[in-house]
Amino acid sequence: MQQAVQPGMQPVATTFFFYLLSGFTLLSGVFVITRKSPVHSALALIFGLLSQAGLYLMLYAPFVAGVQIILYAGGIMVLFLFVIMLVNLERSQREEQFNGQWVVGLLAAIALGGLFMTVYVKGKSLFPYRIAQPVENTNTQQIGLMLYGQYMFAFEIASLLLLVAIIGAVVMAKKRI
Amino acid sequence: MAPIGTLHYLVVAAALFILGVIGVLTRRNVVIILMSIELILNAVNLNLVAFSRLWGLHGQVFAIFVITDAAAEAAVGLGILIAFFRNKETVNVDEIDLLKW
Repeated sequence: MQQAVQPGMQPVATTFFFYLLSGFTLLSGVFVITRKSPVHSALALIFGLLSQAGLYLMLYAPFVAGVQIILYAGGIMVLFLFVIMLVNLERSQREEQFNGQWVVGLLAAIALGGLFMTVYVKGKSLFPYRIAQPVENTNTQQIGLMLYGQYMFAFEIASLLLLVAIIGAVVMAKKRI
Repeated sequence: MAPIGTLHYLVVAAALFILGVIGVLTRRNVVIILMSIELILNAVNLNLVAFSRLWGLHGQVFAIFVITDAAAEAAVGLGILIAFFRNKETVNVDEIDLLKW
């Protein structure tokens, strides 16, 4: 059933869920870069990816949200956990976890943050005001049509990229080439 | 509270991007550096999807391409990590100096 959504009109709970989900995303991002054990980092990253899928749902992108859950939280993170299982050392957790480049990190953060804030505050003309597009009921169908129509070439290149990545990963992880 | 617009999502994505950059620059463990790169790619994805709310579905299609890239990058990066770990028994980036002379 298609409901006519007035542009500018928002469901009541949107604000609450936005702050909840983005808070979860950022908090788990902080956990990813501060935990000592890589397993804890990976679990925090999975949690962050899932709450980010919630944000995608709030942006009316159900297909990307599904791909995020299945591919990222289900596929890539299992790969990460598997490799952590292969290379995790008791010894490496007792070592220093940070390389002491706090000045560089802080400078990069301040520079990037200042850049983003400048663009957002001063660059209003860069993002001309647009009314949000009416919600399409057939998001997945539209994306499929675009992937196989307008973005056909990029789609084929992506499949080639995945093939190269498969071969590269197998060659790298093989014992003797 | 003010209604949630595109700018709110952009600010969240910027914060996530900065967290990823700090992780890449300050951590020693290669696995966590790769995870920080995933954080950066996710921030880009959030931007793309937020803009696709205004400008049509192109942003979502690109987000799917970015996820494909992330999968390929994670596979190759972790393969390199396993090959390296077999040689030097360490996962710290500052001990990866085989090409240094």
